[in-house]
Amino acid sequence: MAYHLFVPPNAWNWLPLLLLLVVVVFRFPGAACDLNVSSNSTSHSEPKAHFAAAAAAAAVATTASSEQDERLPVFSLDYDYVQIPYEVTLWILLASLAKIGFHLYHKLPGLMPESCLLIIVGALVGGIIFGTDHKSPPVMDSSIYFLYLLPPIVLEGGYFMPTRPFFENIGSILWWSGMGALLNAFGIGLSLYLICQVKAFGLSDVNLLQNLLFGSMISAVDPVAAVLAVFEEAHVNEQLYMMIFGEALLNDGISVVLYNILIAFTKMHKFEDIEPVDILAGFARFIVVGVGGVFFGIIFGFISAFITRFTQNISAIEPLIVFMFSYLSYLAAETLYLSGILAITACAVTMKKYVEENVSQTSYTTIKYFMKMLSSVSETLIFIFMGVSTVGKDHEWNWAFVCFTLIFCQIWRAISVFALFYVSNQFRTFPFTVKDQCIIFYSGLRGAGSFSLAFLLPLSLFPRKKMFVTATLVIIYFTVFIQGMTIGPLVRYLDVKKTNKKESINEELHTRLMDHLKAGIEDVCGQWSHYQVRDKFKKFDHKYLRKILIRENQPKSSIVSLYKKLEMKQAIEMVETGILSTTAFMIPLQAQRIQGTKRLSPEDVESMRDILTHNMYQVRQRTLSYNKYNLRTETSEKQAKEILIRRQHTFRESLRKGNSLPWGKPSGIKNIRYLSFPYSNPHSANRETGTGVFTDDDSSDAIFFPVTFKPHGRTGSLQERRQQPEMIPMERLRRGGRSLNLGGQRSAARGDQMSRVRPPLIPKPQFHAVDEEYESGEEEEEETRVVGPRWTAEPRNGKEYHKSHSPLLPRK
Amino acid sequence: MGSSQSTSEEVRELVGKTGFSSDQIEQLHRRFKQLSGNQLTIRKENFNNIPDLELNPIRSKIIRAFFDNRNLRKAPTGLADEINFEDFLTIMSYFRPIETNMDEEQLEHCRKEKLRFLFHMYDSDSDGRITLEEYRNVVEELLSGNPHIEKESARSIADGAMMEAASVCVGQMHPEWSGEVFQLRKAYVCVF
Repeated sequence: MAYHLFVPPNAWNWLPLLLLLVVVVFRFPGAACDLNVSSNSTSHSEPKAHFAAAAAAAAVATTASSEQDERLPVFSLDYDYVQIPYEVTLWILLASLAKIGFHLYHKLPGLMPESCLLIIVGALVGGIIFGTDHKSPPVMDSSIYFLYLLPPIVLEGGYFMPTRPFFENIGSILWWSGMGALLNAFGIGLSLYLICQVKAFGLSDVNLLQNLLFGSMISAVDPVAAVLAVFEEAHVNEQLYMMIFGEALLNDGISVVLYNILIAFTKMHKFEDIEPVDILAGFARFIVVGVGGVFFGIIFGFISAFITRFTQNISAIEPLIVFMFSYLSYLAAETLYLSGILAITACAVTMKKYVEENVSQTSYTTIKYFMKMLSSVSETLIFIFMGVSTVGKDHEWNWAFVCFTLIFCQIWRAISVFALFYVSNQFRTFPFTVKDQCIIFYSGLRGAGSFSLAFLLPLSLFPRKKMFVTATLVIIYFTVFIQGMTIGPLVRYLDVKKTNKKESINEELHTRLMDHLKAGIEDVCGQWSHYQVRDKFKKFDHKYLRKILIRENQPKSSIVSLYKKLEMKQAIEMVETGILSTTAFMIPLQAQRIQGTKRLSPEDVESMRDILTHNMYQVRQRTLSYNKYNLRTETSEKQAKEILIRRQHTFRESLRKGNSLPWGKPSGIKNIRYLSFPYSNPHSANRETGTGVFTDDDSSDAIFFPVTFKPHGRTGSLQERRQQPEMIPMERLRRGGRSLNLGGQRSAARGDQMSRVRPPLIPKPQFHAVDEEYESGEEEEEETRVVGPRWTAEPRNGKEYHKSHSPLLPRK
Repeated sequence: MGSSQSTSEEVRELVGKTGFSSDQIEQLHRRFKQLSGNQLTIRKENFNNIPDLELNPIRSKIIRAFFDNRNLRKAPTGLADEINFEDFLTIMSYFRPIETNMDEEQLEHCRKEKLRFLFHMYDSDSDGRITLEEYRNVVEELLSGNPHIEKESARSIADGAMMEAASVCVGQMHPEWSGEVFQLRKAYVCVF
């Protein structure tokens, strides 16, 4: 009945959400009008009644009866029509608002994971619905969950998985997830069965199969939301992170497979009919389902990668292709009773590499965000529904069952962690320490997965379903709240080994070298192993796969791409802060220059080093942004920035043409190092780079920090050569007057280049000659960071640097 | 020491010297014989028999490392012409995993040895220092498999890396220097 819902206007009004209020208020006049119209025939004399209807609507509603409408209703309302989408949307919005509030209050995210919040919100909503006797929308039933809610979550997990660490640790991960799930499931199931045998608890009607099923359900771990956020924040080492992540990813699949197999067993009606052959068939099926799912996923991944090769003209459908194919892989696998979850995961992993190269930047961003959005929505709905169903009459509390479940969950997880890792440590180069294992044990949070599986138990086969649901809910609440909240402090307390990943060129180079070295040594030894496999795969990949799947295939080198990425980042930072900083590249100096240079005093060196450290490659700590809750925003502005940079560049180019800086730079200077952009044309050959001077130990402080700036007004030929369209000169950052070493300027190796850039973004090419004034004498600094707007306030000795500071001042 | 006289006495001696187990020594010995064509020594040309190695971009450096006198602990510079089995094992021993039962000092020593090996790979002229040229050389080799990268890019990458290292430690990259070791350590030691 449409009016049924108007019963608790007060209830809705409690919620301090404007949205709901607005919505609610909107509804009432409609209802009142309707009522009025319907009683039109009887009393025309009460036109005012309905305008004051808000408060009285409740009463009106209950007393109203649906009379025939003779007239055309001016305002009418049909809530039933929109009920389901309306309420679903409302829930999602509610959760989003709660999340906003959650993050606004700074202390809270550190205190509890987001899933706690969602559950609380869900419980609130559930309380309201329960209190108002409202019938909640049927969000959760088997097909909806498995077909619509689950795939986005899994897809997101698979897509954002870091492939290299995953495959490096894949043996351990598979061993741990697979065996762990099995061990947990059977362990818990059997132990509970034993408990059920005890007559005193009143559980004797729960047979072995049901217990096993319950065990398989409850062993599905879902640590993603809570734990990974904590891990990221604490920068734990990669292996640990990968273990948890991998477990979360594969665990779902395995539990569902197990669940389905056991349900099939249960449906075989009589327990006694199950023969060993069935059990064997069960195992075989387990393997087939798993491997088949992965296989499907890979095929679909390749197909979609192939298709994206041709979509350059209609890039709007690229996200569509990605999502549809992933979803298709899921559905196709499910058709054949293979594991859809593993299929979609494999599809995402396969697809990602190639798709990322094929699609346009905007599509890439779209895919990323849309995926996160979808999975957020799904997860939110599930958690809220969980909260909703907590508050209700559908529970059966059995002390023994619940308590023992809790105990056994912990015990068996501990057993499986320590036993399995003991075994896998024998085979690993980096064994997991006991600390790591404790963390892994403690991060066994249950989540939406278990709840869904519990909720979807067919009542016919499980007369005591309510008890299962209750127990599952208790476990989830316990683990999410208690373990979720305390795992952060625990990680910090245990002082787990931190990751030492920092993006740097050196590391990338060294890692590459090591890989090749190890592969080479393995070749020499004649042994096949880890690196060989990866090497071979890479070769195969390059030779065949990439040619087929990627358009405009250019062999990529991770070193070069990292380098370009870093430069890009720096350029963006530069643009962002409006300050140009030098790239710290060597000034190519002629040999004789080196001799002619002055020695730098230690404090110069110190200051230079400081400056370098702060300006060079200020790459952010590479955090693993796999968590949907912390979306890194770095790459999203890339494109705009890039356009900006390019525009500046062309602008600068045009300025430069008319330049004739009278700075008499000695012609020997060649100090150009420009940023290169990924789309640069390969004209970089014009540069000359000299030899770095790291090898003089007599002048150990003679490090020349090349300040790159365009050599204006120099010999024409030099100038031409230097003008490379794709480069942006990086200029020395002046920080409060520190002396900068320009290397090779004039005669001395020191000099300064002051470049003031007005904070607004177009960094002007200030190319001044060396100013000897800025000696190290002026170290008045306290600030050690890039100073942006500050500069505008500092007139320094009236040097002419500032000439070209107003952004649009045409130079000369 | 020769392939024809692997008595248990010598095996034990090798076990002591290089730290490999006798099984591993047997296995490596078989491989050595295979590579050398049943001779007592291996020369550079023998490495051409390894087909997969051809595709390795730093192939020349790897092969060179086998003959590098510094790695063989024979002389501070220069290359040997041929190596025998013991030398082969010596080089291989750089790649043994670190054992957990070593004490701090041994661990430190092991790590240093490994780092030194790597350092020697970079430092081709054996002057104890890695110059920018040498570094560039390495980068070029690493990128050599990729026809689309010009030399200039490789150079600029090397330059960038060098400057990055400079930010960590002023001065040259001397193996004893904590700076370089620090730099290398981050990347290497955990992988080793």
